[in-house]
Amino acid sequence: MFSPASLLSTLCCLATLLLAGCGDRVTPVEKANQEGILLVGNGADPKALDPQLTTGLVEFKILTALFEGLTLANPETAEPEPGTAERWESNHDASVYTFYLRKDAKWSNGDPVTAHDFVFSYERILSPAYAAEYASMLFPIKGAREFNSGELKDFSQVGVKALDDHTLELSLVGPMPHFPTLLGHNAYFPVHPPTILAHGTMTDRHTGWSKPGQLVSNGPFTLTDWNLRQHVFLSKNPHYWDAEHVRLNGITFLPIAQNTEERAFRAGQIHITDSVPMSKRERYQQEDSPYLRMEPSLATYFYIFNTRKPPFDDPRVRRAFSMAIDRQAIIDTVTRGGEAPAYSIVPPATNAYNAPDSPIHEDVTAARKLMAEAGYPEGKGFPAIELLYNTSESHRPIAEAIQEMWQQHLGVSVELVNQSWPVYLDRRKSGDYAVARAGWFGDFNDASTFLTMWTGDSGLNHTGWSNPEFDRLILQAEQTGDPAKRQQVLREAELIFLDETPIMPIYFYNRIYLIRPEVKGWYPNILDDHPYKYIWLDASHE
Amino acid sequence: MFATVLKRFLEALAVLFVILTVTFFMLRAVPGGPFSREKDIPEATLKQLEAYYGLDQPVYIQYLDYLGNLLQGDLGPTFVYQGWTVNEIIASKLPVSLELGALALGIALTLGIGIGVLAAWQPGKLTDNLPMSLAMIGICLPTFVLGPLLILVFALDLQWVNVMGWNLPQDRILPALTLGLFYAAYIARLTRSSMLDVRSEDYLRTARAKGVSALRTYLVHGLRNGITPVVSYLGPAAAGLISGSFVVETIFGIPGIGQFFVQAAIDNDYQMVCGLVLFYASLIIVFNLLSDILLVWLNPKRRKA
Repeated sequence: MFSPASLLSTLCCLATLLLAGCGDRVTPVEKANQEGILLVGNGADPKALDPQLTTGLVEFKILTALFEGLTLANPETAEPEPGTAERWESNHDASVYTFYLRKDAKWSNGDPVTAHDFVFSYERILSPAYAAEYASMLFPIKGAREFNSGELKDFSQVGVKALDDHTLELSLVGPMPHFPTLLGHNAYFPVHPPTILAHGTMTDRHTGWSKPGQLVSNGPFTLTDWNLRQHVFLSKNPHYWDAEHVRLNGITFLPIAQNTEERAFRAGQIHITDSVPMSKRERYQQEDSPYLRMEPSLATYFYIFNTRKPPFDDPRVRRAFSMAIDRQAIIDTVTRGGEAPAYSIVPPATNAYNAPDSPIHEDVTAARKLMAEAGYPEGKGFPAIELLYNTSESHRPIAEAIQEMWQQHLGVSVELVNQSWPVYLDRRKSGDYAVARAGWFGDFNDASTFLTMWTGDSGLNHTGWSNPEFDRLILQAEQTGDPAKRQQVLREAELIFLDETPIMPIYFYNRIYLIRPEVKGWYPNILDDHPYKYIWLDASHE
Repeated sequence: MFATVLKRFLEALAVLFVILTVTFFMLRAVPGGPFSREKDIPEATLKQLEAYYGLDQPVYIQYLDYLGNLLQGDLGPTFVYQGWTVNEIIASKLPVSLELGALALGIALTLGIGIGVLAAWQPGKLTDNLPMSLAMIGICLPTFVLGPLLILVFALDLQWVNVMGWNLPQDRILPALTLGLFYAAYIARLTRSSMLDVRSEDYLRTARAKGVSALRTYLVHGLRNGITPVVSYLGPAAAGLISGSFVVETIFGIPGIGQFFVQAAIDNDYQMVCGLVLFYASLIIVFNLLSDILLVWLNPKRRKA
């Protein structure tokens, strides 16, 4: 007799059988190892694969595999090495650079990469109509800023010249000994002019040229498939000038969210993931996991004060707030990523930089004294203030810890306010905050990327703080050709900045990630730049 | 019948129009536009960017432009994914959401009706109490708990399936179960209470008196009437399942539409939000209409009403 109960049990059995039938499976990583394909957890979808439009790290990782700039970062030191340019030279004060392009550099359709392609590309990214958000990366080039703002109409007046098919001359606004390090950034990558023009005008943002089957690139890999929320798949580019040394057959970038990505790693579905949730870091460390890596990154986590309004218009209050927190406790109990506590803005690992002795230190007694001097003994009379941060699993617990420390040490109460990213940015930019979370990732390995943003006229400086002496030193550094002298000037500038404390440094980021042992040729480096052409998979010791 | 459908269709258009208008203007009232960036974008660049997407126009012009494009079936470009249009994204992600939704609906209906019918057969006995307690747990257990739990057991411990992805046939099992079980639990409760009501109806007693077996009376005559509330629930349930659950898609890394909806709202991607709101609203309206038609077909008494 066919009863409802037997129907139910049959269904349950069927479901179990179906699941059990999937046993003895080969994990995606095992399969990829055999095929020579690297599976990278990339956190999100790229917003574009046009190297001249993107600004994020998610895109950067894919674009460095697809395209190649004039220089290429050394996988171990991140120092610039020959890329599409086989060599370069500069004049006596490092303000004019000449790049000699490889004769065998080719696009993925077989066309040669020429100096004219670079001229076209740089005109494109700087064109006002194209509205590239990262055009400012090219502002060290003479006339670039003026052309981008529309003041200068004629691109031939900009310091970008093709001397012949394989020689490119870039004239800069001033001496810039670290200029070659900038060229590894995707804003400086070339694009293939005939492909761009086949899909629209030079300055058309929204065309299909970067879709699979259309995109032509000059790097070690070429685009095979791009399916939103599924994957970006790149395969080896046979036309790449150094193709014989490229050992991977392909790379798959998966756009997976935080916790899912870490689970995917554990289950053998990806080789690398940057997603190690705070709650799981301790466990990986306790287990002494061979997969976990924690390495210094060129980035700082800090809070900014709104110096335009009371109470933070008073430097004593800013200093007191900065002195009253326990950074090591935040690292040990909240982030649990082994970060270094920060008392300055420029990370200690920055190339050639000798950090000044920071005037910022932790001292609760001195902080209380400063608060009393500022008119708030034991926090009495202190106005109600808000701490603004963008909604995130990691920012909230840090903000709570700091809120508690300020309450306990200074007797002030702070309300936590979280907002979505666009609203948070809008409030920061319009000065509608008292204290706000912030972070900065260096665009290139030089102290200036952490300091020039604090000048009075900088659009990145949302603190309202400015200091003429600081501005003068930054300008002086920009005009100094001697590398050692330049670093000294930057150091002096940082000292002024820290002394006036418009920001409260908290910690220097660590890059915390999981990587499988079969990934070879992967070196830690502070810019998180890992040229894929040097990476290979070797599962023989598994 | 035709007149009713036509009337419902015209009502639906009015509803969609109101939803779209409210969404359109509310989005623009949110602080921070779609191009808010931490990095410093020169004012001129921002202006160019807004001009490129027509955001420099007065809002009412933007609105009229949007309506004009909409009439031609064009939902516009997304502001976030350069080179992609909202139409393209919906078209490429809809099959995934449809498949997941259909599988989950299949699970929900099979399990839900099965359990409900079983439970109402002998109320108060073990066959009622046990499945109903499980159903209660099913309703209380949110997908963000059930999903990771299933992953822990079947993917990480037993290693029978992948923890995420949408490539192999077996990748469908866990997400469809996670999404379907909640609805199954709800349907089970609906079916049970309705079947209990139906059992005391006169027409069932008549059938029994004519000599039809108890089981046949219950399953054939009773069920047809007993699933009426399930059918009314089917409309919103199907729309909810197909629009995908953001949570289930995120947990299992499934390339469906749900994730785009939430992310677009966070990113202030005006076109994407408007396009998806319209799409979801249409889906809900269509499924409600379908379930109403189905109800009339199931129950002749309603045809006159």
